[in-house]
Amino acid sequence: MQATTLKYKSQAVAKYYFVAALVLFAAQIIFGLTLGLQYVIGDLAFPYIPFNQARMVHTNLLIVWLLFGFMGSAYYLVPEESETELYSPRLAMVLFWVFLAAGALTIVGYLAVPYAKLAELTGNELLGTMGREFLEQPLPTKVGIVVVCLAFLFNITMTVLKGRKTSISLVLLMGLWGLALMFLFSFVNPDNLVRDKMYWWFVVHLWVEGVWELIMGALLAFVLIKTTGVDREVIDKWLYVIIAMALITGILGTGHHFFFIGMPGYWLWVGSIFSAMEPIPFFMMTVFAFNMVQRRRRDHPNQAALLWAVGTSVMAFLGAGLWGFMHTLAPVNYYTHGTQLTAAHGHLAFYGAYVLVVIAMISYAMPTLRGREANSHRAQAFEMWSFWIMTISMGLMVLALTGAGILQVWLQRMPTEGAMSFMQTQDQLRFFYWLRVAGGVTFLLGLLTYLYSFFAAPGTHEDEARVPNGMLHRRVKAA
Amino acid sequence: MNQVKASGFTKQMARNMFYGGSVFFILVFIALIFDSERKIPMRSNAEAITPAVISGKKLWETRNCIGCHTLLGEGAYFAPELGNVYKRRGPEFIKAWIASQPTNIPGRRQMPQFNFTEAQLNDLVEFLRWTSNVNTENWPPNIEG
Repeated sequence: MQATTLKYKSQAVAKYYFVAALVLFAAQIIFGLTLGLQYVIGDLAFPYIPFNQARMVHTNLLIVWLLFGFMGSAYYLVPEESETELYSPRLAMVLFWVFLAAGALTIVGYLAVPYAKLAELTGNELLGTMGREFLEQPLPTKVGIVVVCLAFLFNITMTVLKGRKTSISLVLLMGLWGLALMFLFSFVNPDNLVRDKMYWWFVVHLWVEGVWELIMGALLAFVLIKTTGVDREVIDKWLYVIIAMALITGILGTGHHFFFIGMPGYWLWVGSIFSAMEPIPFFMMTVFAFNMVQRRRRDHPNQAALLWAVGTSVMAFLGAGLWGFMHTLAPVNYYTHGTQLTAAHGHLAFYGAYVLVVIAMISYAMPTLRGREANSHRAQAFEMWSFWIMTISMGLMVLALTGAGILQVWLQRMPTEGAMSFMQTQDQLRFFYWLRVAGGVTFLLGLLTYLYSFFAAPGTHEDEARVPNGMLHRRVKAA
Repeated sequence: MNQVKASGFTKQMARNMFYGGSVFFILVFIALIFDSERKIPMRSNAEAITPAVISGKKLWETRNCIGCHTLLGEGAYFAPELGNVYKRRGPEFIKAWIASQPTNIPGRRQMPQFNFTEAQLNDLVEFLRWTSNVNTENWPPNIEG
């Protein structure tokens, strides 16, 4: 089934990546629900799936599916921007299966074997890199990620080099190269915990508050160009200003993680000042998205994609910008550091910035990968519903966690004497934790709605001829 | 290529701002990291990192403790902060606690049994003792962590 609206045949590899991303996304949410329940039913699934195992699966699945999403997006975007076929579609397919197998094996390893045993089996003795938050992967997996990333980067870099060079593909490339480069610090694990933590943030912070913003900016700009038809010159300029602000604030903004982990005191100032400005690029992204929609030169039949794109810009600003700003100043963070407020911010930021931008890209690209310019109105309606259900659910979860965090700070952190212990405090937060579970359940329903949209038939009232482009083409062809 | 807007702010200027700004702040960041590297040994009491502390850190990592606990405020938020647990509970309590897990109290959060030897428990305590003496700018605000 060769797609009729693909400009370049090799873009088709993206479909595999997108499907894998969405399947892993669903698995991530299942484990998230388990974790949410373990907060209120402490011994749930114990000793079969202890909290730490489920959490590791939850966060690692997130990272892996977002990487699938980024790679799929790059395979789709780069040929179109470069106006040339992918350097090697075969390599892209090989890497897909390698990455999927490695990811699946790692998850199975997490669940099937005690972590200490996994460390032993995978040669953690040679180079101990495991057991650090988000970087729990065994050594072979980490090496695999590097190999896959390098081969992937080779493939798309060669594509860009042989074709047209646009600002969007250039920014995307810089973001992806930065991603691979910063991941190398996951192999650095000094014996001194303070140094360990410092280099750990080189991966974690400089990914999500650094180079990933370049990727996000490029994907958003691409979807906006395609769906609004606004002049590339205007969009490029916005893109450069946004990513300039992202790195100008974000690099020294790393300092907001260095407040209380043993780093020199000046980071309290550097981190506070620069990270307080980190919302600026996200705010600009919101203005940018609305501005482009207002100045649109066409009404693209894929209105769902536009909703996801605009939604990304708003939710990223709320999650990464506002919820980050809330506790980024050192005197505030002194009380909120490591509380449920961090969890609230983490959830909304990842959802708003990276989950939504990948879905925006999938939403735009997937119909074309399936041979039509846009989905039927009915399928789009499901997509739009799923956007609102997932976003409102995430909002509920985040408000619940924020409430939990504020109460936790009040009971456990603020009192100078007679403060409640950690576990006593946790008992007081049960109402908020149940609320979070409720948000999680409806989020899953939203996700299922989204997944269903891929299979939704056109509505009965929808004359097939009125369904945007592809459907019509197909009928004409069939006739 | 040059689309001059009313403001006169061109794409080239935006691009220069990106490259110039990024390179400048990367250099500042690297300089600060070099300076931090010089100061960390003193702030973290690095000469007190004995083989036992290192072994304790390895145990901490290979049991994925960070998957439930926080250490200096970082990790999961499911179980208590352990950066200052040495000062909060003392060595004997820590060892007895780890050895007695899981509590198996219905409905309560459970910690796995890791079957540590006495020597391993001592190493873990040494690691937590060293960690509790890192200069964290007086964080956490009180002993409860």
